[in-house]
Amino acid sequence: MADIQLQDALLVKKYVDGDENALTVLINRHQSKIFGFIYSKISDRDISNDIFQDTFIKVIKTLKSKSYNEEGKFLPWVMRIAHNLIIDHFRRNKKMPMFRETEEFSIFSIMSDDSLTIENKIIQEQVEIDLRKLIEELPEDQKEVLMMRMYQDMSFKEISELTGVSINTALGRMRYALMNMRKVIDKHQIILTN
Amino acid sequence: MAKIYAPKKLVTNSMKPKKEIVSFLLNYSKALSFVKVKDKSFEIIAN
Repeated sequence: MADIQLQDALLVKKYVDGDENALTVLINRHQSKIFGFIYSKISDRDISNDIFQDTFIKVIKTLKSKSYNEEGKFLPWVMRIAHNLIIDHFRRNKKMPMFRETEEFSIFSIMSDDSLTIENKIIQEQVEIDLRKLIEELPEDQKEVLMMRMYQDMSFKEISELTGVSINTALGRMRYALMNMRKVIDKHQIILTN
Repeated sequence: MAKIYAPKKLVTNSMKPKKEIVSFLLNYSKALSFVKVKDKSFEIIAN
């Protein structure tokens, strides 16, 4: 691997110094990877050829103008250029990659409706009521910290300032609150899932 | 087992760009040169 990187770096140097054959070697060496990468995103041979060409025009211009900073990462650099050109292509066409319906892939698998059904909504409401009841059973100091953290979205720093205890104490109370709730859930076999 | 939603792999290792594209790039490279004048750089394409 290091050997190939060294060779790439050496070829780049030779090319920058005027050896045109070095570019031939670099293109021949990496064309499959780069073209394959572009085609995997575009799925169109003609457009992939255009993007491959534009990628190497950028590479050639950058190398010839001596603006390339050799860090032994020629291929990742070229891939990054190709990646940016692919994004430009999709932006220009204002469309996202096309998904074809196949036996293994159904378009409806990514177009599902995430909203809850009526039944799930009722279950969720019931779960929330049960949870509130459990919280009510906690000792006052633990309940206070848990309510502030979970329902008022306060940080432990804010909680400690408001309740007048150290952050560690607030953290400890939260930990005990959760442990106590778990105990009660286990003991009474309460199911809190939707 | 999780269902894999990724589309079929389209790439094969033998995929290559058209020969004409590679040939164009090599010729373009030979024709292209940069000339620096003071702090500006000019791109020159030889016909």
